[in-house]
Amino acid sequence: MMKKTVSVLAGAILSLGMMSAQAATLKMAYDADPVSLDPQEQLSGGTLQLSHMVFDPLIRWTKDLDFEPRLAESWEWVDGLTMRFHLRQGVKFHSGNEMTAQDVAFTFNRLKSSADFKAIFEPFAELKVVDDYTVDLVSKSPYPLILNAATYIFPMDSKFYTGEDENGKPKDAIVKGGNSFASKNESGTGAYTVAYRQQGVKVEFKRNPNYWDTKSPGNVDDIVLTPIKEAPTRVAALLSGDVDFIAPVPPTDLDQIRNSDRTDLVTMSGTRIITFQLNQNRVEAFKDKRVRQAVVYAINQKGIVDKIMKGFATPAGQLSPKGYLGYDESLTPRYDLEKAKQLMKEAGYENGFSVTMMAPNNRYVNDAKIAQAVASMLARINIKVDLKTVPKAQYWPAFDAREADIMMIGWHADTEDSNNFYEFLTMCPNADTGAGQYNSGNYCNPELDKLVQAANVETDSAKRAEIMQSIERGLYEDAAFVPLHWQDLAWGAGKKVDIAPVLNVMNFPYLGDLVIKE
Amino acid sequence: MIAFLIKRIVQAILVMFIISLVSFSIQDNLGDPLRELVGQSVSEEERQALRDQLGLNDPFLVQYGRFAVKALHGDLGTSYFFKEPALQVILHKLPATLELVFGATLIIVLLSVPLGVYSAIKPNSLFSRAVMGLSIIGISVPVFLTAIGLIYLFSIYLGWMPSFGRGETEPVFGPWETGFLTVDGLQHLVLPCISLASIMLPLFIRLIRAEMMEVLQSEYVKFAWAKGLAPRRIYFLHALKNTMLPVITVGGVQIGTMVAYTILTETVFQWPGMGFLFLEAVNRVDTPLIVAYLIVVGAIFVVTNTLVDLIYGLVNPTVKLTGKK
Repeated sequence: MMKKTVSVLAGAILSLGMMSAQAATLKMAYDADPVSLDPQEQLSGGTLQLSHMVFDPLIRWTKDLDFEPRLAESWEWVDGLTMRFHLRQGVKFHSGNEMTAQDVAFTFNRLKSSADFKAIFEPFAELKVVDDYTVDLVSKSPYPLILNAATYIFPMDSKFYTGEDENGKPKDAIVKGGNSFASKNESGTGAYTVAYRQQGVKVEFKRNPNYWDTKSPGNVDDIVLTPIKEAPTRVAALLSGDVDFIAPVPPTDLDQIRNSDRTDLVTMSGTRIITFQLNQNRVEAFKDKRVRQAVVYAINQKGIVDKIMKGFATPAGQLSPKGYLGYDESLTPRYDLEKAKQLMKEAGYENGFSVTMMAPNNRYVNDAKIAQAVASMLARINIKVDLKTVPKAQYWPAFDAREADIMMIGWHADTEDSNNFYEFLTMCPNADTGAGQYNSGNYCNPELDKLVQAANVETDSAKRAEIMQSIERGLYEDAAFVPLHWQDLAWGAGKKVDIAPVLNVMNFPYLGDLVIKE
Repeated sequence: MIAFLIKRIVQAILVMFIISLVSFSIQDNLGDPLRELVGQSVSEEERQALRDQLGLNDPFLVQYGRFAVKALHGDLGTSYFFKEPALQVILHKLPATLELVFGATLIIVLLSVPLGVYSAIKPNSLFSRAVMGLSIIGISVPVFLTAIGLIYLFSIYLGWMPSFGRGETEPVFGPWETGFLTVDGLQHLVLPCISLASIMLPLFIRLIRAEMMEVLQSEYVKFAWAKGLAPRRIYFLHALKNTMLPVITVGGVQIGTMVAYTILTETVFQWPGMGFLFLEAVNRVDTPLIVAYLIVVGAIFVVTNTLVDLIYGLVNPTVKLTGKK
């Protein structure tokens, strides 16, 4: 009798032990929590991070910028305009509804009506339902980035999001800054469901028991996301063990996390380029290619990366980061003060001139310090800079109004493709087509614009790479803008959290596959 | 008394009207709320359409009129970020801030009175000098530095205290959840309360000390000594009571100021209260929330000041509430 009790007890303890070996909780802190549960309300890093936890895309990026199947098991070209996706069968939404082609079509149509996402889906004519588990994505003209766009299709539960909510509003409405059904409720197919959410305080995720990806190594059952705005507090929370995973890590604290015996640091060179644009409409001198080149030659990118960014960035000579099709190895930073002075002399500006400069002070890593450094570097070629740095909330209206002669802009390509940089930053500004929306320099080279358009319809990636690299070389030669660096990415995690395998350069960790070691 | 109250209420309404007008009119200079609501690649045209939808393109007076009418019905607008009525968002965050202020006030009251009185009675003792020296440091170190120092020492190095947030809370009623009833909640309160108290505590020690020293020089205290009263009676009954009059006046104003200081403390500790909320709202250009916050804080100031005047009358009967002519 006694023996039996003991063995039962032992069994119970054993099974308890096994359970805790499988169940793991991740406490994490980002600098902000997602603005909405609606994956289509705002195109931002926070939304995509949430989408990859709660929803699942048709296909997703791998670490080396390739595609891997998710809700679409396979895909193939039907003709020059059409890509056919075969959907995974038996996938259930969190509501219990089964995912079919209808849901994908619903999601696509909603994306087309979302202010933020419609630009990405503008090249597409429609998404055709072939049968319950097959869809055709049809572009208006040959389009090389169909798969890139498909990474943005996170199927939403059409039955769940159809009808009216308790306020009599349609459940599928996309409302900016308002109270909508989709911003407070979710039904995706992702690895996690949202168990509790208090905006600005915390979000609790629970692992979806019916998750389709049974091969995923992920063993995290609960995730608690707390936004911690202040970087020192976020780092302190990690170092003291109050949280297990933080992002972003400020450059000043990298060593502390790397050297601590409780934490690991993971860094990656990022894809967000930081640049300055020289406004040719406001400053006559910037119309002269030699003056623009002089500015580029005068700036010591490596110095900025070493001194201000503490090595936490990659000096840039072009827009496309390594790994993008447009990246050309030969286009390196060109710091040469003598050359810069000589170019100024040739252009007849030996005695320099005065300009105004604006930069945000809370948007990019060390943005205001970088602007100060650039201003003092320009003083060496007698360009006197009147610098003003403002919070991002005031910076963007100023940027739209092109309020200064030199303005800072950082850019990350939503499509992970070089052409996105050119379309927004260097194409001739055109209010009707939306080209050059962020080209505050008003740089305009119609020859290069033609190449951008050619690359947009070229589906052979070798040829595309050639075209885009020649654009990059043209911009380099023209000194169309002042490249500074690509911002690096950094994450900090406790020793037990095996975070590196789920991280990627797009900065949306695939937390569904995260393993916490015991 | 009643006449005084009515007069104060009329004044308060006027003040609140001016606050609402001022806070509403500065919102245009805070930035463009649309920028925080949309992604980077959204076209100008789309943004204009959204701006129209939100009514941001209407003339100022039309916008203010719309706001004022709603405000009189208790609706201060809907927060862009929280997607809930701004007033409700703030009232949900209010308990966290009030608990923080309460905790800090408790520390201040419990420490400043004995320390202030002691250093007034024995101004030349070593302990008094140490207190005065430390209070100079306390008053000159910025609160966020104190906070970060405390986190590094007690959370990271010693590992005694949690580094951020409120921890476990117990619901009391309505939106009020308290951290005072759980061990975890109390632990989370310690560091933020000390940080917040660190600014005001030295001020109060010095104020009580100075006032007390002055009172101890006065004729009636000398008379009490001559009369042979017990020292304890002289210090704590006769002298302290008169010392506290100016302290209460300053205290009332400072509690309002403390609500403002919570902005820094709450930001460092990720304390989910009103101050942190406000700073975030400014960063996000969440204008309805900013306006609502300014109005609520304005109301807190007006109410505390009125209360201080009333208490003042109770403590010192020579102050006539009606006869302020």
